Amino acid sequence: MAKLVPGVLKGLGVTFKELAHTVTPKKMGGGAATVQYPHEKEAPPLRARGVIALREVNCTVCMLCARSCPDWCIYIEGHKEKAPPRRPGGKPRTVSALDRFDIDYALCMYCGICVEVCPFDALFWSPEYEYSEPHIADLLHDKDKLGEWMETVPEAPELEAGADKKKK
Amino acid sequence: MVGVVVPYWGQSIFRAVGVAVAVLIPAGTAVYLYLFKMVSFMQSRLGPMEAGPYGSMQLFAEVGKFLQKEDLHPDNADRFIFKAAIFVVFLTVFLVYLAVPFGPFAVFADYSTGIFFALAVSSVSVLGILMAGWSSANKYSLMGGLRAAGQLIAYELPMILAVMGVVIQASTLNMQGIVAAQKNGEIFGWGGIGSPYVLTQFVAFVIFLIAAQAELTQTPFDMPIAESELVAGYMTEYSGFRFLLFFIAEFASAGAFAALAATLFLGGWALPGVPLDASYMNVIGPIVLFTKMLVLMGIIFFVRFTYPRFREDQLQRFAWKFLIPIALINIMVTACLKVAF
Repeated sequence: MAKLVPGVLKGLGVTFKELAHTVTPKKMGGGAATVQYPHEKEAPPLRARGVIALREVNCTVCMLCARSCPDWCIYIEGHKEKAPPRRPGGKPRTVSALDRFDIDYALCMYCGICVEVCPFDALFWSPEYEYSEPHIADLLHDKDKLGEWMETVPEAPELEAGADKKKK
Repeated sequence: MVGVVVPYWGQSIFRAVGVAVAVLIPAGTAVYLYLFKMVSFMQSRLGPMEAGPYGSMQLFAEVGKFLQKEDLHPDNADRFIFKAAIFVVFLTVFLVYLAVPFGPFAVFADYSTGIFFALAVSSVSVLGILMAGWSSANKYSLMGGLRAAGQLIAYELPMILAVMGVVIQASTLNMQGIVAAQKNGEIFGWGGIGSPYVLTQFVAFVIFLIAAQAELTQTPFDMPIAESELVAGYMTEYSGFRFLLFFIAEFASAGAFAALAATLFLGGWALPGVPLDASYMNVIGPIVLFTKMLVLMGIIFFVRFTYPRFREDQLQRFAWKFLIPIALINIMVTACLKVAF
């Protein structure tokens, strides 16, 4: 029993030290680990998976993202359009135009497969996280709203020395 | 006492309200100060911060939440006993406070065997807990109730034996007498702070606190409500207001045992340098006692939030093979010294 006593006191010391640390003002190096969210905001890390942004001009309606989505939460509709030829005298080109690009964030599980699979850099992760809605249907973001998220996409860090940056 | 003559029914109302206040204020303070704040700080959290300044109104929010909940009882439960059990537990807390003196006249009932009465009624709560465990018709409740009964009876003994040392030294069972004995005592001829028994009966003090921890089923001894094994022990089937009563009873009895310990070991309501029969001590005395209670409850909850749980056999062995022999030795030494000097 006597052997236990120092360990028993040590345990009390550990909790007391933590208590003293939390009670010490922030200025003096103490404070709690808690961030009081609505009053003070935590800056999420640059690569946080907050919301998916869409760069519409890059999208070719290839449907790869919609097909690879495990939750089937991406809805895409598009149509073919005739575009003027690249060079004078050429044939008019056929391009795909996006009619609808919706992501249902009520279903999305933030796996990021759509961002990975997009061959034309049309989808980006943004660390923005404050888009909760009182009504669940409002979590369906259409292509205009997904386009607005592009402003919050941070400049991508270099993947490794000398490698090309992912273009925004 | 006071100039006005208060009729008997008036005194009764005064006592009932007084005990209710004496039960609820320490319980509420302990919940806010220790359960909400101290444990949070120990885990590098802030605790409740939104309800009132620094979350001080959180208690009322919690009570409001519990009152909204449905009052459930299991189909197979023994309905009457299921509902009565909590009141048995709650009543014992009130009865313990009855014997605790708060000032020279501020005492609800000045029994000549006050400490005996307090310890006797505090063990009645075992009955309430057994009733709750048995009548819930739930195996977790039953196991919790049985464990609680075994533990509470096992730790009743060292507690009573620890108190015996104080009683021998004070030569009285009266709580006011014990306060007076500590106030009038002297440490080697110096009477500056009297002689609080925490100095002379330190072993008994430690045993009393450990036993109180077990009586309250606080964490190192929380086998009866071990949530990882028994959900919530005897409280499993209770919801809403009845659960709230169990919860208040737990913290109010922490206050009751802290009040007993403060009276027995820390000199109770008396202040050094103030005559025992000064009438203003009826007002200051409760504040003094409350401060001492807060310190003792702080120790109880500090220990609670630090240690992991004892195993059932370790818990029993600790009481029977360690605390009781030491308490007995303490009694013998105290008795010998009492006779010798």
